[in-house]
Amino acid sequence: MSAETVIFYILALMATAFGALTVTTRMIFRSAIYLLFTMVSIAGIYFLMNMEFIAGLQILIYVGGIVVLIIFSIFLTHQSGKKLPAPKRKNLVGGALIAAAGMALTLGVLLAHPFTPASQAPIDASVKTIGIQMLDYTNHGYALLFEVISFLLLAALVGSIAIAIKEKKE
Amino acid sequence: MEMIPLAHILVLSTMLFFIGVFGFFTRRNMITMLMSIELILNSVNINFIAFNKYLYPDQLEGVFFTLFVIAIAAAEVTVAIAIIINLYRKFSTVDMDEADTLKH
Repeated sequence: MSAETVIFYILALMATAFGALTVTTRMIFRSAIYLLFTMVSIAGIYFLMNMEFIAGLQILIYVGGIVVLIIFSIFLTHQSGKKLPAPKRKNLVGGALIAAAGMALTLGVLLAHPFTPASQAPIDASVKTIGIQMLDYTNHGYALLFEVISFLLLAALVGSIAIAIKEKKE
Repeated sequence: MEMIPLAHILVLSTMLFFIGVFGFFTRRNMITMLMSIELILNSVNINFIAFNKYLYPDQLEGVFFTLFVIAIAAAEVTVAIAIIINLYRKFSTVDMDEADTLKH
């Protein structure tokens, strides 16, 4: 067992353990912090797979953006130190049944499927290659999707301001 | 990284996905439901990257799908949190079961 393998299993264990804590803890602020640890573990797994750009984006956007936004919204909507109410028994049983059944089904299909690893030489997944293909509009480039995503982000920004703005009292 | 079988990475992402599904069904607080959705999206990203790395290493399609999923997740979270804050102003709660004005 090489060091990389050991690190992968430690990171996988951390991701699932903190993920499980995220959905079960009754302190909402701790839940957000556990989510942050899950994201960092997943970024570590991307680093192990030699996808440095995606790992950097994961930390930048998920850890630095989304989780911080969630923490701010918790500050705006919750009193500190107050525990969340325990989930209803009906929801708990139903959710556990659906999750267990889905997991059993997916794992059954997944572990029976023979994946044949590819033999092609791996492409260089550096920022340069990704950037060239993303802004390319001739051979399987993603220039149009890039523009559409930028419009979507602008629309989300303006829309969230329009939704959250306080209406003036007349 | 070549020593780890692809199936183990897929098992990790399956577990994360169904942890997210469990959280989505049990939690009634909107912000924690949003966190469960983030877990689900992250597990899908792991799948894309793993398939790209192991099955199609000569292409970059999985990386691009992951990039777009991350971008759309960011857009989704900003709008969702704006809605949650607006809802909190009207109902003084972020509980799903309390905000049922449209029901009646």
